[in-house]
Amino acid sequence: MTDPLLSMKNISKSFGGVPALVHASLEVYPAEVMALVGQNGAGKSTMIKILNGAYARDSGTITFGGVQWTAGSPQQAQRSGISTIFQEINLIGYRSVAENIFLGREPRRGFGLLDWKKMNAEASALLSRFDVRVDVREPLDNFSTAIQQMVAIARAVSFHAKLVIMDEPTSSLDEAEVTVLLRTILQLKADGVAVIFVSHKLDELFQVCDRVTVMRDGRTVTTSNITDMTKLQLVASMLGRDLAEVKKKGATAFKESTGRVGDELLSATNIAIGHRVRDASINIRRGEIVGLAGLLGSGRTETARAIFAADRKSKGNIRFNGSSGNFSSPIEAIAAGMGYCSEDRKAQGIVPGMSVAENLTLALMPSLTRSGMLDETKQRQVVERFIKDIGIKCSGPDQKIRELSGGNQQKVLLARWLCMNPKLLILDEPTRGIDVGAKAEIQSLIRKLANDGLGVLMISSELEEIVEGASRVFVLREGRTVAEFDHRDISESEVMHAMAQGAEADVGPKLGVETRG
Amino acid sequence: MVDRALFFQRFGVAIAAVLLILFNLAFTPNFATSQTLAVNLSQICTIVIVGVGMTLVIATGGIDLSVGSLMAIAGALSPMFFTGALFPLPSLSIGITIGIIIPVVVAGIFGLFNGWLITSFKIQPIIATLVLFIAGRGIAQVSTNGDLQVFKVPEFQAIAIGRVLGVPFQVWIMLAIVSISAFVLHRTVFGKQVLAVGGNEEAARLSGIPVRRIKLLVYMICGMCSGVAGLMVIAMNSAADANLIGLGMELDAIAAVVVGGTLLAGGRATIVGTLLGALVIQLVRYTLLANGVPDPAALVVKAGLIVLAVWLQRQEQT
Amino acid sequence: MISFRISPSMAVVVVLILLTFLGAWRYDGFLGAYNVQSVLRYNSMFALVSLGMCFVIMTGGIDLSVGAVAAFSSVVSAYLSPYGLLPGLVGGVCAGIFAGTINSLIITRLNIMPFIATLATMLAASGAALLLANNQSVSVSYDTDFTFLGQGDLLSFIRPEWVDDPNVGFFGRALGFFLSFPTPAWIAIIAYIAAAVIINHTAFGRSVLAIGGGLEASRLMGLSVDRTIFSVYVISGALAGLAGVILASQFGAGQPIEGIGWELFAIASVVVGGTLLTGGNGSIGGTLAGALLLGIIFTILNFENGMGWISLSAYWQSVVRGVFLFAVVVLQAKLSKGLRG
Repeated sequence: MTDPLLSMKNISKSFGGVPALVHASLEVYPAEVMALVGQNGAGKSTMIKILNGAYARDSGTITFGGVQWTAGSPQQAQRSGISTIFQEINLIGYRSVAENIFLGREPRRGFGLLDWKKMNAEASALLSRFDVRVDVREPLDNFSTAIQQMVAIARAVSFHAKLVIMDEPTSSLDEAEVTVLLRTILQLKADGVAVIFVSHKLDELFQVCDRVTVMRDGRTVTTSNITDMTKLQLVASMLGRDLAEVKKKGATAFKESTGRVGDELLSATNIAIGHRVRDASINIRRGEIVGLAGLLGSGRTETARAIFAADRKSKGNIRFNGSSGNFSSPIEAIAAGMGYCSEDRKAQGIVPGMSVAENLTLALMPSLTRSGMLDETKQRQVVERFIKDIGIKCSGPDQKIRELSGGNQQKVLLARWLCMNPKLLILDEPTRGIDVGAKAEIQSLIRKLANDGLGVLMISSELEEIVEGASRVFVLREGRTVAEFDHRDISESEVMHAMAQGAEADVGPKLGVETRG
Repeated sequence: MVDRALFFQRFGVAIAAVLLILFNLAFTPNFATSQTLAVNLSQICTIVIVGVGMTLVIATGGIDLSVGSLMAIAGALSPMFFTGALFPLPSLSIGITIGIIIPVVVAGIFGLFNGWLITSFKIQPIIATLVLFIAGRGIAQVSTNGDLQVFKVPEFQAIAIGRVLGVPFQVWIMLAIVSISAFVLHRTVFGKQVLAVGGNEEAARLSGIPVRRIKLLVYMICGMCSGVAGLMVIAMNSAADANLIGLGMELDAIAAVVVGGTLLAGGRATIVGTLLGALVIQLVRYTLLANGVPDPAALVVKAGLIVLAVWLQRQEQT
Repeated sequence: MISFRISPSMAVVVVLILLTFLGAWRYDGFLGAYNVQSVLRYNSMFALVSLGMCFVIMTGGIDLSVGAVAAFSSVVSAYLSPYGLLPGLVGGVCAGIFAGTINSLIITRLNIMPFIATLATMLAASGAALLLANNQSVSVSYDTDFTFLGQGDLLSFIRPEWVDDPNVGFFGRALGFFLSFPTPAWIAIIAYIAAAVIINHTAFGRSVLAIGGGLEASRLMGLSVDRTIFSVYVISGALAGLAGVILASQFGAGQPIEGIGWELFAIASVVVGGTLLTGGNGSIGGTLAGALLLGIIFTILNFENGMGWISLSAYWQSVVRGVFLFAVVVLQAKLSKGLRG
């Protein structure tokens, strides 16, 4: 039994008091492919960032190649033999393929001049080992994401990496490209390189990985040979409970729906946006919560943004509230009665320099005028009402929003739309990155709003939210609507199967794509 | 450390202004005269007027390098109207009125051009406004053939040097512009939307704020401010030299805005701060001059002030 | 994916050649030795400043101080000119390096964006120049050979007498022209050749482009980003200093207020020459072509006026340059949208 190549023991890390890793451990043997799985926020990316030198751990030990190890920087990690292939290609698009592979260590030929011929030749040779034959002198940007990823892998190999970490490498690849990538991983393994493979796509993991480590809430909960587990066991481990128990008690604060579901509110048919969304169709009725499920990259956010007219769709038709819903900008969508809480609070939601009151009334402001001026009294009234009703914990309407916790910021963003009295509210990952208490509050709030007649489109990567909150679920896969589940048929396993295109997915008869004219 | 930096960032300008005034009261002879006050205020009037427009532009996260050139265009255009050079005037007051309104409108249109480049082509503001920086002065020079236009029209010059209550009219105009824009920025929906665009443009767009329209408007306003400032300059000098009007004004305006506390990245702005910033820079210059330090040294000090002000801003952001 | 068969830089060269032919056809003496020499001599200063700006812009930054630094260095070298050519030259370039270092420090240590940092340096350098020169021009000493730098022709020593004979053939005339190539032009050409080699064939040059193409990615890939950025501003300062030396030497005086607007000329040359303003991609040769192109516009306007058909004042050159910049910038914006769409 050989010694592990990498041994991370009892790693803990907190950010500003909030724990991200709690005594997490990970072991990888030479030339093995280790799967690293877990929900969003389970701690996978923090582990990886500690490994490649972007973060420093708070406590715990790391041994690599038998030696005590700490990487102070990404460069150091690379030099020690750990390379990371990120989900977003972190290479320089304008530069040629060969340059990207050798950037920082270009071959020279005297007087400090670069040896282009040698660089190009070696680059070509490296890539052909992975069956990639391209003109290495062309800019990297000229090639598809799949090729760019190969270049990133080739770069890692050229560094004589002993461990390659791949973070969601297949999210932007099509089927054929995925096959090539998986073959490359097996090639790496044959060359003696160990691989940590992070992915949501369980089938791929089962194809190439030897062992799997499951993380949840910052801890490592399971480590086993991948052949010793079934997919459902894996999912159960990720979610943290016995599936049967979940079915009985419920995992979220979404209580039973008591409202009446009304007539059709929104109908989006055959939406296409570039190549991210090919053919998505969903519909929503008044008073119902419709869930939109799918893996990363399946096109959920893009579809939602197209409905809200935040991005332009290339094809498709939308009907809203009885008339055309093909808006050309968010201004029109908002006027018609839509609201949209984006996925990324920080980048697209809050205006950090402004107060709670200003953020809350950001969309409502034009209605709060009195002879051209902002009516600050009315504004205050609205804000204080919502602070009370939703329970926003802040020192007052004038507190700067960036001082609030994530959960409270999210509540302000929700209030931004609620004060507009919308008919349809689109929520993209409404409880992501929020502590348990606030999560429950927001989930209850959403249920209450639906009971009062609001139509809700909820995107969530947390299966239990979808399963318990939504009365209907659409599943997107690779930009297409592949399934629609009515509340009687919604179960985590069904949804997962539809999302993952599983081998066990002999659920043919269940998969019906509903298209409305 | 952050708190201290924050404190200085917010109130540093005011403190500096007070300190400078006290220093001069103590050590500089003849400081506390209305003559001195008038001189100092006059020097900063044009900078502040342009600075107000620049503050709004910077508040949206942009910048406008063309202000000096737009000043030149307005200043070169105006005398053509009220001296009757273009067409015979029915009366002098009509000539003066046209000579004020049209150049400001023209400058505003050029400002719209800047906004159009930025919003329609997604060109960086530095580069977009560089076009008019280069071409604008040329346009002014071409329309006057680089000639000096000297005039003696006291009714027109009154807009700058005429006195009301003993204070030059341009100071009143400056104060009026400052008050109105401060009010607009902090108390109207438009002003809040301007700050939102600078604070998080995507969030603003997703909240239904008409980002494109707001940007077009602020660049237009900045252009108009430059137009007004150009008129001030020629009124003060009773001459219009397209080669010199507004030369270097973009730097002075940016310096006043930055020192005054408006964030370069956008999202937080203070019009009064710009006024104080210009005042501080001018007082520094005056203090040095009055105490025998040659004028160019003030440039070096101005440079240092800018770096300090921006550095303080960055400390607060981390 | 659009792959550029004709790069933007090649397009500029084509336009430059076309304009040259236009000028030669239309104006007498346009391609004459005197005119070509004057154009080259005068524009070499701007070419040098544009070269420094090209390096800076390639990293995604900008240097607004180059004009003021050139003015400052012209004053310094004028003061040092009585001690000889070398002291004047070295002094001026060192003044530029000093200013460039200040820029680098403010940008890399204080983390202040290049626009503001170089704005401040521009003010400080102007002030320093005026202070040093006591608000007036500083005459250059003619006792030493300092003026040779700006006013001489480098190869004039080896000029044989027969070349100036009016009956000499084509080869003789060509050789004569070659030998009359002004010194500043030689300096500029050597600088450009060195720069092209550096950008295209050294690791440093590649990292300049890489950083402009992706700052964070470059850092993650192990490049010493701070060191490279530090260097490009020093280079820009040094070249501005060199330009200042040539300014003093050519016009016989160090001029503290000259240099206003040089940075814009430089930026325009770089952009017109095909380098992306956002950095990451560009061409040294294109910058040279851009600088020559913008300079030739001035010359053409002069000639046009001389013809008397139209009376276009020199002021039109600003307008024309602005229009060129506008066209290039809009084109760049549309093309990059298409490429990445």
